[in-house]
Amino acid sequence: MKLSGAEIIINLLERQGIDTIAGIPGGSNLPLYNALFKSKIIRHILVRQEQAGGFLAQGMARSTGKTAVCFATSGPGAVNLITAIADARLDSVPIVAITGQVAHSLIGTDAFQEVDTYGMTVPITKCNFLVRSAAELLTVIPEAFRIAASGRPGPVLIDVPKDVQLQQIEFNTWPQPGKKEGLAYFDNDALLRAAAMINEAKRPVIYAGGGAMYSGISKEVIKLAEKNGIPATLTLMGLGLMPHDHPLYLGMLGMHGARYTNNIVHESDLLIALGVRFDDRATGKLAEFCPSAKVIHIDIDKSEIGKLRRPEVGITGDLAAVLPVLVDLVGADKREEWVKRVETEKQKYPWSSQNADDGMHPLEIIKEIAAASNDDAIVTTDVGQHQMWVAQGYPVKSPRTLLSSGGLGTMGFGLPAALGAALANPKKQVICFTGDGSILMNIQELATLDEHKLNVKIILFNNGYLGLVRQQQELFFEKNYIASHFKSNPNFTAIAEGFGIEAYQVDSIGDLKTTLPLVMAKDGPALINIYVDHTHNVLPMVPPGAANLQMIGG
Amino acid sequence: MSTTARTVVELIVNNHPGVMSHVTGLFSRRAFNLEGILCGEIGNGTQSKVYLLVNNDDRLEQIVCQLEKLYDVKEVSVRDDYDNTIFTRLHDLVTNAQ
Repeated sequence: MKLSGAEIIINLLERQGIDTIAGIPGGSNLPLYNALFKSKIIRHILVRQEQAGGFLAQGMARSTGKTAVCFATSGPGAVNLITAIADARLDSVPIVAITGQVAHSLIGTDAFQEVDTYGMTVPITKCNFLVRSAAELLTVIPEAFRIAASGRPGPVLIDVPKDVQLQQIEFNTWPQPGKKEGLAYFDNDALLRAAAMINEAKRPVIYAGGGAMYSGISKEVIKLAEKNGIPATLTLMGLGLMPHDHPLYLGMLGMHGARYTNNIVHESDLLIALGVRFDDRATGKLAEFCPSAKVIHIDIDKSEIGKLRRPEVGITGDLAAVLPVLVDLVGADKREEWVKRVETEKQKYPWSSQNADDGMHPLEIIKEIAAASNDDAIVTTDVGQHQMWVAQGYPVKSPRTLLSSGGLGTMGFGLPAALGAALANPKKQVICFTGDGSILMNIQELATLDEHKLNVKIILFNNGYLGLVRQQQELFFEKNYIASHFKSNPNFTAIAEGFGIEAYQVDSIGDLKTTLPLVMAKDGPALINIYVDHTHNVLPMVPPGAANLQMIGG
Repeated sequence: MSTTARTVVELIVNNHPGVMSHVTGLFSRRAFNLEGILCGEIGNGTQSKVYLLVNNDDRLEQIVCQLEKLYDVKEVSVRDDYDNTIFTRLHDLVTNAQ
C-alpha cells in the first residue's frame, strides 16, 4: 500500500485503540488534520488553547489508565503544550503528544513558527522523537505507546516535520501496536526480608502513593493493612487507594495532612513505602522524617529507591506483581496496641474541630457537594487552597476518581482535565473544584465544555485571592500581601452564561442545599460560584522546609 | 595530580542527533557534576561510546540509575579501572595525532 506519513500516523493511532484526540490545527500539522478528516474512528476535540489539549488528554489517561493523545502545531502550539507535558512527567501520566514541525529543509533557519520542540522537551518527557522520514513512523509510533505505558508511565512527544507528514511511502504490513510491557521480575529474597521486617515491627505504617494507584493494587494495599494490622497513610496522588472511612486509614500525610496522621507516621518503626517518591510536600524536612523507622521501599522505578531516603530493603518491581506475594508472606496480626495508639491520637486531634462553627467553611461546602454527587463521580481539582481542602475533606472512594496536579502543581489543570475525564467516562458525573485564580488560567475551555455538553459541574471557590499565596504571606512574610489580591474580580456566573453554561450563585449553606439537587439532577455542564471568606487558611500546615511535627493549627 | 575522587562512566548510546543533549541535559537538570566528556562512534556507526568523567561520590548511583532510563542509552558501566587522567591530557593526544 502507498500512504502518506500523516495517513500512517492516523492509521497507527486507530490501531492503538485511540478514539479521541484533543488538539488545535495550524500550519505545520495541517496534513495530519487532513488525514484525521478521513478517520471514521477518531473524534477530534478542538480545545481553545494547546495546554488545555494536553490536560484534556491527561484527564482521559488519569481516569482510565490508558494512554491518551493530543495534537499541536509547531512553534506556539508546541510551546503551549509544554506545561501540560511537564505536568504529566511529574505525575507519571501516559500521554503521547504529536506536534507538527516545519519541513526539514527549513529546520534551523528560524522559519515561521519554528522552535526546537525536540530540544525543549528533552527534560520534560519520558522520551521524545524527531521523526526524519515517513518510514520511521512505523517504528516510532508503536514505540511511543510502549514507552508511555511501560514501567513508570510518562509523556512521550513525537515531533513530525511537515514534509514527513506529506511524504508518500510504499509498505506491505502494519507494525503491531505498542503495548505496555509487564515487569514480572523482582528480588524475591529482598521481599522475604521485607516480610520478616513487617512481622517483627511494632509500629509499622503503610505510605502509598501514585505508583500504587497506577499499578491497580488498591485491593492488595487494603489486604496488607487488614491482614497485618497496619495503619496506612496516602499521598495526594494515592488518595482513593483506600476508602476514606476505612478504620486503618490515616488520611493524607505531609504539609496539609492531619496532625494525628503526621504524628503517627513520625512514631512508626517501619515505613512500608509503596509507589512513592518521598516528595518534600509529603515528608517535610527529610532529615527529621520518621527518624526511628526502618524503610521498605517498593517502586517500579529503580532510580526512586534511595534517591532521597536510603531504605533498609529496596525492591524494584511492579507492585501488581510484588504486593500479592508480600500479602501472602506477612503473618496475620491485629496489632491492638498500635491501632489503639492511633485511635488515641485521632481523638486527641479531632479533624473536625477547625471548622465546626462556620457553615460556609470550604470543608463544609465540600462535604455538602460530596453528599449531593454520585458515588462514582470523578473529581478534578485545580491548584491552591481548594485543592488541599478537597484532598483533606472529599471522601474519595476509589482509585482514579480524584485527578489533581500533584508534582507540578499547575493552576489551570482542573477544567480541561475534567473535560477529558468526562469524555472518557461518558456515564459518569465529573465534579471540577476550582478557584477564582485557577479557573482564569484555562477559562477558555468553557467553550469546549459547552460545545460537547459534557456532564461537568464546576464548583468555584471564589475568595478574590490567590489563596495559598495569601496564606503563606500571612504566615511567613509578615502579612505583606503583594500580588495575591485580585482587585478586579469578574462576574463568573455572567462569564459562564456567556459561554452558554448554566451558572448559579450561592451565598449561604442554605442556598447550597437548595441549589445542589437542581444542578446535580440533570446531565450537562453547570458552574456554581461560591464566595468564600478569604481569611480561611488551609490548616494544619507544615511550614515549607520544616519537619512534619512542626505543624501550625489543627 | 590526585584523581581518586573521579571516575569514568562509560555509555553505549544510539548514534543520532539529540543523544548528547539528553545526556548532558540530565546532568544539568539534576545538578550532577560533569567534569569531562569524550565521545566517538563505534562499529558501523549506528552506536557511539561516551566516556563521562564524574565525581566518585554518593550521587554516582543516582547518576547511573538516571542514565539507564534514557531511551538512547543502551549500556551504562562505572569504570574505576580506567585511567581518567586522559581527560587532562587530551590536548597532548589530539595535537600529537596531527
